[in-house]
Amino acid sequence: MANTQSMCTSFLGELMLGQHQLGTSTIVSRGSLTSPTTDTLKAALYLASATINAATTVYTVTGEVSGTNYTAGGVTVTNATAPTSTNSSATAGVGYWTPSASLVYTTVTLSTAFDTVLIYNSTQSNKAISVHTFSSQTITAGTLTLTMPSNTTTTALLRLATT
Amino acid sequence: MIVTTTKGDMDDSLLEHRTGTIDNENELTVWDEYWLDGELVHRSAHVTLKQSPSFAGGETATF
Repeated sequence: MANTQSMCTSFLGELMLGQHQLGTSTIVSRGSLTSPTTDTLKAALYLASATINAATTVYTVTGEVSGTNYTAGGVTVTNATAPTSTNSSATAGVGYWTPSASLVYTTVTLSTAFDTVLIYNSTQSNKAISVHTFSSQTITAGTLTLTMPSNTTTTALLRLATT
Repeated sequence: MIVTTTKGDMDDSLLEHRTGTIDNENELTVWDEYWLDGELVHRSAHVTLKQSPSFAGGETATF
């Protein structure tokens, strides 16, 4: 089996249901009538032998890495930047979003090869958002840093576009 | 420089340092390894994601 980089299909429908609130809060929370809040996103690592892809709907422990100083569920994603949208023509627009800081797994030992990070919404029942793959890695008493791409219309971590 | 290893914190002068880079359309990855007498005692990696999943093709229906 293998992991495949993709936006999670379920995420697309959940956006229309208003089930994800990324970045700085701009609408009143579903949990409060008066105080806007932002969802907590997390980033979990998966073994190269796992099967995480567009069909993944929620975070799962199946295939997740384990090792010294790694907590199941992964690390919290810094979610301080609001999604942005723009258009290049009357019919071509794009909405995009990128975490505002790197994902850092500090002083971990992950001896079995891994190659994937799953971004998911821990506030909303661990609903899956996107799958990102990279070259297979192991970490020994070291730090894994995943630096985010630039938050632009063509490179942002998540992009939704009309054509 | 002090390096965190499986043997505890060690001065890097006592260790063999190996490093490498993977640069393709998907990522730029730099890894650092420290070896002691043929044993890997530290490995870190810094992955910069370049290419991310996107969804293109949103449409509105016409009446």
